[in-house]
Amino acid sequence: MKFVPLLWSSLWRKKTRTIFTLLSIFVAFVLFGLLMAIRTAFTFGVDIAGLDRLVLIHKVSLIMPLPVSYLERLKATEGVEMATHNTWFGGVYQDPSNFFAQIVVEPEPFMRLYPEYRLPADQMSAWLADRQGAVVGVDLANRFGWRLGDRVPIQGTIWQPKQGSVWEFNIVGIYDADPGVDKTQFFFRYDYLDENRRQGEGFVGWYVVKIADASQAQQMGARFDDMFANSSAETKTTTEKGFVEGFAKQVGDIGAIMVAILVAVLFTMLLVAANTMAQSVRERTSEMGVLKTLGFSNLSILALVIGESLLITLIGGGLGLLAAWLFIRQGDPTGGMLPIFMLPTRDLVLGGALVALLGVAAGLLPAISAMQLKITDALRRA
Amino acid sequence: MFNWISQTIAVTALNLRTIPRRLGSSGVAIVGIAGVVVVFVSVLSIAAGFTAAMSDAGSPSRAIVMRSGADSEMTSGLTGPEVDIIKQAPGLRRDGQAALASSELYVIIDLPKKSTGSSANVPMRGVEPVTPRVRDEVNVVEGRMFQFGSNEVVVGRGASANFAGLEVGSEIRSGQTTWKVVGMFEADGGVAETEVWCDARVLQGAYRRGNTYQLVMAQLDSADSLTTFRDWLTSNPQLNVQVQRETEYYAEKSQALGGLIQGVGFGIAALMGIGAVFGAILTMYTAVSTRAREIATLRALGFDATSVVVSVLIESLALGALGGVIGGLLAYLAFNGYQTSTMNFQTFSQVAFAFKVTPALLVMGLVYALLMGLVGGLFPAIRAARLPIPTALREL
Repeated sequence: MKFVPLLWSSLWRKKTRTIFTLLSIFVAFVLFGLLMAIRTAFTFGVDIAGLDRLVLIHKVSLIMPLPVSYLERLKATEGVEMATHNTWFGGVYQDPSNFFAQIVVEPEPFMRLYPEYRLPADQMSAWLADRQGAVVGVDLANRFGWRLGDRVPIQGTIWQPKQGSVWEFNIVGIYDADPGVDKTQFFFRYDYLDENRRQGEGFVGWYVVKIADASQAQQMGARFDDMFANSSAETKTTTEKGFVEGFAKQVGDIGAIMVAILVAVLFTMLLVAANTMAQSVRERTSEMGVLKTLGFSNLSILALVIGESLLITLIGGGLGLLAAWLFIRQGDPTGGMLPIFMLPTRDLVLGGALVALLGVAAGLLPAISAMQLKITDALRRA
Repeated sequence: MFNWISQTIAVTALNLRTIPRRLGSSGVAIVGIAGVVVVFVSVLSIAAGFTAAMSDAGSPSRAIVMRSGADSEMTSGLTGPEVDIIKQAPGLRRDGQAALASSELYVIIDLPKKSTGSSANVPMRGVEPVTPRVRDEVNVVEGRMFQFGSNEVVVGRGASANFAGLEVGSEIRSGQTTWKVVGMFEADGGVAETEVWCDARVLQGAYRRGNTYQLVMAQLDSADSLTTFRDWLTSNPQLNVQVQRETEYYAEKSQALGGLIQGVGFGIAALMGIGAVFGAILTMYTAVSTRAREIATLRALGFDATSVVVSVLIESLALGALGGVIGGLLAYLAFNGYQTSTMNFQTFSQVAFAFKVTPALLVMGLVYALLMGLVGGLFPAIRAARLPIPTALREL
């Protein structure tokens, strides 16, 4: 500990150099944070998807509808705790660029199946009382400035209403949720859709089933698919996690691209930092000789140099991670394209580990060469 | 003036000749800048490839007719009788009695992606016998066209490359239908190459669509007859449709994803660029400080301060240029033509495309590299010019 002032003063031996090194490490770790957040966004919240929830879709493709009559048969199956159906509405609010997910649900079972969406009890009863009621995520409400009681028109793309040309909704509830849960969705009632659409009555998008024993997911899935085999609408059942993962994979391997970019960034920064350290040690050859003459052991010289390099990366990288975290906390910068925009703790820890690794790696070679200096050579070289 | 130029050239030559002796720190600047250029060019090449696949497909002399309010082919719906009316519209190109307009179905079929093995939304298009004449860029390059009335399909080159089980001769089982792949087609690299084509009437049966279609793709009489065509259709009380030029349709559908990739690319490149500039600044400071004595000697001999500034800037620009060229080359060699496919959310279906490192992107990368070099050299250059001669001469 008593060497900290020594480290500190050697750090500021050349101010500009230290500042620029700090800045480049800072930028590298801001980037690290942002890329990790983008990577998380493209997993569509797979980490929080339930393992005890199964999703049944039409076997041919997700766009094919399933008959609503499957619900009773699913509920009657042994081992099923709850079941409900959802439908993708895909409407347009004012302009196609205002994209957000609208999902048609049965309010009561839906909110019980998804306890992660927190909705005040009075808003829930308001929803049950109003057929045109819609419940929206807090991020979505903020995006468009919606408040409780607002009337929102949405243009149907898949379904047209029997009367008029747009679907009208009343905002009756605003849900909140933990970080990492999509708070940009728009939920509304199935009975409203089904009674007012011109075609497609009695069909739903997909089923969500909560099973009593999550370890039975595979067997239960197979049982459902057998139940509906050879019918007009065969099903394909996966866990919700598998479903979301599969969806994320459709985008392509964003994760791999992000990691590749990061490797390029961090490698470059390692070079910059290592080069600075090497130079600063080279310039101080005679000082190192003096330290050794004073009785510093080889190991403490090694520790001093590595400590100095660690100090630089810890300050630069730590501030970088902090800045990234602060920025990401502000939420999605694209205005709706990345509904889940957060920096998971896991990635923060990984970032911290990388900071330390970078510090040691950058200081190692110069430290070893400083350690191996002979006092006579070092003093003569001055 | 001439004297100044020859001075500058002399100092610059001295600087450039001594680069090999400072290989370590110059290397850092070059690698740093090259790294930024690689990332910049390669991310933008994804956007370029995607947009190209989406827009090269469209022809300005074709129009797409969908139900009004539909935001993509997938959500549209037209009945058989509506389609018959659409085909009578003026402004359409005709070949004898037959209108060059094809009524089509557009659905997706779940097929495993080759790279991950997970299922993907592969677009499937039901077409009519007239379709190959409407979409005349489509050519069967392997096997043959499917027989209308059968369960045969032809697949696009991109679909065949990215999704499993789409080789000519193989079979696709989907629900209760088995499709037989009898041919592979190309479509000038456009988005159609991600599609699987079959007979619209067979697809109506397989997807229980009755006598309905989703869109009509029409050859216009000329690129200018769109207005005639559109006005007739939208004012017809029997119809409720929207008409768009095909090029506009695809441009719109590639906007969101293309824009997002581009935004990410520019953002990352800008941040990385800042990091690389710091690297370059460090390098140039080092270059200046190791040569402080030489520079001071030159100044003492009567060399002008501005020639010193210019020489440092040129050295820095040279490092930038070198980094830019290396980065561009690396990006080109590693990524140009790299085949992949992604999900386009605006059409909810897969698009196969190849990364496209265009000359424009390479030029952009080089310009960016030079900019980084210039900014990186600026402060060190000023420092060099301001070096107090006596202290610098005394310095070791």
